[in-house]
Amino acid sequence: MRINGRNRLACKSLVKDLDISKPITVEAIKGLPLEKDLVVDMDPFFAAYRSVLPFLIPAGHEPSKDRLQSAEERARFDDTTKCILCACCTTSCPVYWTDDQYFGPAAIVAANRFIFDSRDAGSEQRLEILNAKEGVWRCRTTFNCTDACPRGIEVTKAIQEVKRALIFRRV
Amino acid sequence: MQTHSFDVVIVGAGGAGMRAALESSTRAHTAVLTKLYPTRSHTGAAQGGMCAALANVEEDNWEWHTFDTVKGGDYLVDQDAAEIMCKEAIDAVLDLEKMGLPFNRTPEGRIDQRRFGGHTRNHGEAAVRRACYAADRTGHMILQTLYQNCIKQDVEFYNEFYVLDLLMTDVDGEQVTSGVVAYELATGEIHLFRAKSVIFATGGFGKVWKTTSNAHTLTGDGMGIVYRKGIPLEDMEFYQFHPTGLAGLGVLLTEGARGEGGILRNASGERFMERYAPTIKDLAPRDMVSRSMVLEVREGRGAGPNKDYVYLDLTHLPKEQIEAKLPDITEFSRTYLGVDPVTELVPVFPTAHYAMGGIPTNVQTQVLRDNEHVIPGLYAAGECACVSVHGSNRLGTNSLLDINVFGRRAGIAAAEYANTVNHVELPEDSQGYTITLVEQLRSSTGSERVAVLRREMQETMDMNAQVYRTEATLKQALDDVQELKRRYKNVSIQDKGVRYNTDLLEAIELGFLLDLAELVVIGALERKESRGGHAREDYPTRDDVNFMRHTMAYRRTDEGGREYVELDYKPVVITRYQPMERKY
Repeated sequence: MRINGRNRLACKSLVKDLDISKPITVEAIKGLPLEKDLVVDMDPFFAAYRSVLPFLIPAGHEPSKDRLQSAEERARFDDTTKCILCACCTTSCPVYWTDDQYFGPAAIVAANRFIFDSRDAGSEQRLEILNAKEGVWRCRTTFNCTDACPRGIEVTKAIQEVKRALIFRRV
Repeated sequence: MQTHSFDVVIVGAGGAGMRAALESSTRAHTAVLTKLYPTRSHTGAAQGGMCAALANVEEDNWEWHTFDTVKGGDYLVDQDAAEIMCKEAIDAVLDLEKMGLPFNRTPEGRIDQRRFGGHTRNHGEAAVRRACYAADRTGHMILQTLYQNCIKQDVEFYNEFYVLDLLMTDVDGEQVTSGVVAYELATGEIHLFRAKSVIFATGGFGKVWKTTSNAHTLTGDGMGIVYRKGIPLEDMEFYQFHPTGLAGLGVLLTEGARGEGGILRNASGERFMERYAPTIKDLAPRDMVSRSMVLEVREGRGAGPNKDYVYLDLTHLPKEQIEAKLPDITEFSRTYLGVDPVTELVPVFPTAHYAMGGIPTNVQTQVLRDNEHVIPGLYAAGECACVSVHGSNRLGTNSLLDINVFGRRAGIAAAEYANTVNHVELPEDSQGYTITLVEQLRSSTGSERVAVLRREMQETMDMNAQVYRTEATLKQALDDVQELKRRYKNVSIQDKGVRYNTDLLEAIELGFLLDLAELVVIGALERKESRGGHAREDYPTRDDVNFMRHTMAYRRTDEGGREYVELDYKPVVITRYQPMERKY
């Protein structure tokens, strides 16, 4: 929810860390249809998430045991695995507020998590999806998403990595 | 009212529900109903790991894992079920890896493993590295991975549909599953779901206690529903108190912190677990560690201004290790207590965490209506179920294992059964009970308030039915809970609307919580011994002669229409391990 104008998780926001000499304002997150009180319709948010193929598209034959992945390869996409789909980033994005066709930061974070996973073979498909008019190029790097993320994910950086992969066609 | 028809309906979209859905949806027409969004399910809060004897970093095998599980459960474990779980654990982990779960890796690129409480090499010699993990957000990664694969498979979800009743139809004198009734939170509308099979995967009921690691949503709905239908609940007196909750708050700090080398210390800095479990010390099972912590505090060795907690010490571990392997709990400690685990001792105390008991099932996850007979078409898996792999005390990581192994089994069994039968007719007035339940609460003008009753329940349970129990404290808890149940009949809500009525939701949840609190206390009163998570100060030893048996609690109504609880017992399945004294 929005607490004093900033997207945060209520469960992680302590009253003692806010200025209690003034009233604390709590509001519903912006950019999604308001249903009641603080409840918004999350369906558009999850629809964007689903559209970036947010699942492993494995490369090659299925191994009999675990696929090997080096610690460095695993570290490559660690940051974006932290996402809890809380929508703090997407609903803090001014582009998303004015253009609900835009995928929004959270969906791009989900795409990033698989694009840079060494076990995945679906990068081309995802990059093509995000290369569309309402894809990563709508991002204006205002960094609201990074500021809002309660999991400390470098969201803007994750989006920039996808843009870079599109420019150089290299993951 | 709307009516839907499916082969399989799964109630709950946490780890067990979604793991079941992945199997069921490829075999039969399946719907998943959840009162939340799937990604908000409590599986996501699990931290430390999921054990499987992969032997990626040191020698291990599933038989050792089985032994540890049986011993950890203080021999109340059904050993056939534990053996299945530990054997299938290996494929369960590999399946998750294939689905994309980002496990931490060894230098060779294999799935990394770390130590966890009660998991040992060769029947107790020393702690073994068995827990596969993804930093300290393993449950989060399992939940995400399962949800992602549900999207991949186009599983049909009904989000924010709160199931309130199970439908069973009398077929030739036998009760057969015919569907569920759900309340749609967005609209207040009642939905009938016809189904050939129903799987309950609704999780636990930690909100019975005040100090708990559980989210607000863990209100035992699934257990409460089946109990009201006359189906017994098993071993409800066995509830796990996790040793390391943030003191005063109950927020969970993973046992993985001790797996990484963390140490518990009392006020004088002594590593007190050396006295209680000389071999594996801080990595003793949770029931033992929790009791040891309570004793330290009682005997005046607690820390802090009120001497009411102990410390978790990570300060000797390298900063890089803490931040790489335990990032989330480090942040919890900083956020909620303002304590930095890298340089400071973290105040901790036991927190209500996990239900060992629940809806009784056999190893095929079929729900039992008594000690022997199943209800055709009804299944349960995960924390809401009691297959009994955890016995009287669950080992750390075995819950994530349980949901994957038995969730998968439930999905296969429910779909295969559904494919062999036709829908049975729904019972008469299928929705009547649910409509009455909702309308009575909505129209009540009673003077009692949900929040007040809930707080009083939680306070008496924390005070009287926590780590240590006595006849006197349990009787007090029983009096209090039964009085609260009487007052609950006079509860009213302020929001009379139909859209997103969370006031109504909480009132219904409280009804389930009160039913379950009563069962915990009655089971605990009657179990005059100490075993695993159930510690009676007035009966401090395990009594295998009289109590090596599962409790089965039934809801009965007497001739005057009054409800009461009837206890029966079920034998424990013992295969290869005879009960021994439990030492670590």
